[in-house]
Amino acid sequence: MTEFQRQTDIGPPHYERFLPPIVKKNYGAWDHHELLRPGVMVHVAASGDRLYTVRVGTPRLLAVTTIRQFADLADAYCDGYLRWTSRNNVEFLLTDPAKIDPLIRDVQALGYPVGGTGNQISSIVHTQGWVHCHSSASDASGVVKSVMDRLFPYFTGSKSLPSKLRVAYACCLNMCGAVHCSDIAILGVHTKAPVISHSDLPKMCEIPTLIASCPTGAIRPATVNGKPSVEIEAGQCMYCGNCYTVCPACRINNPESDGLSIWVGGKVSNARTTPQFSKLVVPFMPNNPPRWPEVVDAVERIVTIYAGNARKHERMGEWINRIGWPRFFKLTGFEFTKYHIDDFRHAGETYNRTAQLRHERGS
Amino acid sequence: MTKERKTPLLDELEQGPWPSFVTEIKKEADRPMAHDLLGILERSYADRVSHWKHGGLVGVMGYGGGVIGRYSDLPEEFPAVKEFHTFRVNQPSAWFYTSDALRTLCDIWEKHGSGLTNMHGSTGDIIFLGSSSAALEPCFAELSHHGWDLGGSGSNMRTPSCCVGPARCEWACYDTLAACYDITQAFQDELHRPFFPYKYKFKFAGCPNDCVASIARSDCSIIGTWRDDIQVDQAKVGEYARSGTDIQSEVCNLCPTRCMSWDGRELAIDNSNCVRCMHCINVLAKALKPGKQRGATILVGSKAPIIGGALLSSVLVPFLEMKPPYDDLKELTAAIWELWGEHGKNRERVGEFIQRVGLGNFLDGIGLDPVPEMVMHPRTNPYIFFEDELDDDAGNA
Repeated sequence: MTEFQRQTDIGPPHYERFLPPIVKKNYGAWDHHELLRPGVMVHVAASGDRLYTVRVGTPRLLAVTTIRQFADLADAYCDGYLRWTSRNNVEFLLTDPAKIDPLIRDVQALGYPVGGTGNQISSIVHTQGWVHCHSSASDASGVVKSVMDRLFPYFTGSKSLPSKLRVAYACCLNMCGAVHCSDIAILGVHTKAPVISHSDLPKMCEIPTLIASCPTGAIRPATVNGKPSVEIEAGQCMYCGNCYTVCPACRINNPESDGLSIWVGGKVSNARTTPQFSKLVVPFMPNNPPRWPEVVDAVERIVTIYAGNARKHERMGEWINRIGWPRFFKLTGFEFTKYHIDDFRHAGETYNRTAQLRHERGS
Repeated sequence: MTKERKTPLLDELEQGPWPSFVTEIKKEADRPMAHDLLGILERSYADRVSHWKHGGLVGVMGYGGGVIGRYSDLPEEFPAVKEFHTFRVNQPSAWFYTSDALRTLCDIWEKHGSGLTNMHGSTGDIIFLGSSSAALEPCFAELSHHGWDLGGSGSNMRTPSCCVGPARCEWACYDTLAACYDITQAFQDELHRPFFPYKYKFKFAGCPNDCVASIARSDCSIIGTWRDDIQVDQAKVGEYARSGTDIQSEVCNLCPTRCMSWDGRELAIDNSNCVRCMHCINVLAKALKPGKQRGATILVGSKAPIIGGALLSSVLVPFLEMKPPYDDLKELTAAIWELWGEHGKNRERVGEFIQRVGLGNFLDGIGLDPVPEMVMHPRTNPYIFFEDELDDDAGNA
């Protein structure tokens, strides 16, 4: 029936098929690496071999047309070898340094920038948004594109930073991109309880599963117009959208009340300080496509003030810990509100239990 | 050639220097799926809401995961994306490819789907965006014929992923590519057939810099480390100092345990107090290297906020040699899956399960002894649930 031999449980192809010869030869025997210029690294092996990497930013969503263009460039300059990074950049792997400049010219001519290494802003890891997701509170690719257009000099290296700065974007609290440990996280939020379609609910949803899906127990069984349904205690809802994921009749998406929040100071690396969660800076900004100017301005403001005030090697969260949150809010001009004070589980651990405070001299 | 769509809002996002996802979609828009995707996305930009509905059960025969069902709520207006399912294709370790392999994937996807991808999804898979229900089986047959398999979705082991590791990094403390491949192959059944309480993710990071963010987004984080001393080339430390690196302020003062000192000639390290943070090695990359007795720290439980709040992974095994066939890691994993599989609630991640039952009880359940590395400090409250067997020993110590 089919010309193809269908197989199951074969797993991914073995990675050795895709490693360049220089990598196979020096596997596990690299000595050090250097940044030659923004977006270009050399890794030097104990054998003396030198592997050059050119890092290229992408929008993550790629057409097969583009992937074939990257394949052609890999054939022309890299003996057909390339890789992707954990932040959706493409890396071309070269052994001949004379080919670096021609490769960069060709890849830039296709519209893809070179950069994102060292203390530059790398690509923003992000989720699907309106391109492909049902529970998104906003688009993902459009916000990311708008922010990266503004932060572009920090990617290409024409502007520099004190340390790494990782920006991440998730379009709802499910955080497919796990943005909760980023220097700057942009997070889509719903702010109103779901609206129930009582006519659809009995047809589309299992009520016990729906009730069990709510982390705060806000959903209760109810009979509406003689039919089984549920009611939602709005005061108990924290807009996670978990119910909408199990029951399409609990629609949480809302063009007026959905929006974006901004969080800062997280990291995953263990360097110097331990990994940290990101903390809330702006609880809500309006959903303003196609360019989300309020969000872009806020992110640029945070980056600019960090770049101008942090010490060398200091990540966003390390800088804020040194100067204190009151000073961070004062420098950036964002308002501190009731919403910034945690009221979920273990909230008390975030209250400031000391008299060690920075005061300013009175006038 | 389909008629050109008017997309004034999306067209705004083709301006500016960063490469545009709109341009990517337009590159495939001479075919119906990408053409209608532009239409429905433009509508979302005008309406400020998503026009996708979830799931429903779709997939390929014999698998319970790997395909995410997706339907639109505007099927009449945009018929080509009425069904727009996602394939997760298991990526090769560390995302290395040859141009030929990429062309094969492109040919298959152009034939069976939208021609649009994510390189890559957050968990690591190659994402094929947008397939009809009818195309799922033929697409999978052709993928597997060429040696590609699907990744995980739903309540199963999700597709493991790893950093570039020893393939191109001098700091890799174990072979992340080999470990990732081995674990993926060893647990194919768990990857393809969901029977866990919820998802279970592995991420393999070669050193504590954690370039794959394993500590924030994997149920099992395997982070490379070492047991012996940092390797120091004093002559090269001197070269850094002479070429402008302030060793005292940039290295010693930023060491989290202040275990280093610099007298202008020699960098002294109290290795017994080094916590393997990587900062000094990052800054003095030519002069300092991780030790030679290498392995990994195993941490468990990280996740995003839904449902019980975000968690970072915490220490389960302070040091494990990561040598093939990785029996220690596999046995530990089997014990965790057995306990969590039996007692975990529906949609309860292993980190939330540990919070609910307590780490001490979890350790009892998987047969691991408690060690002080597992906590930041011992408990501060006196509400200890003493167990019955202590009665016999009380007073006899």
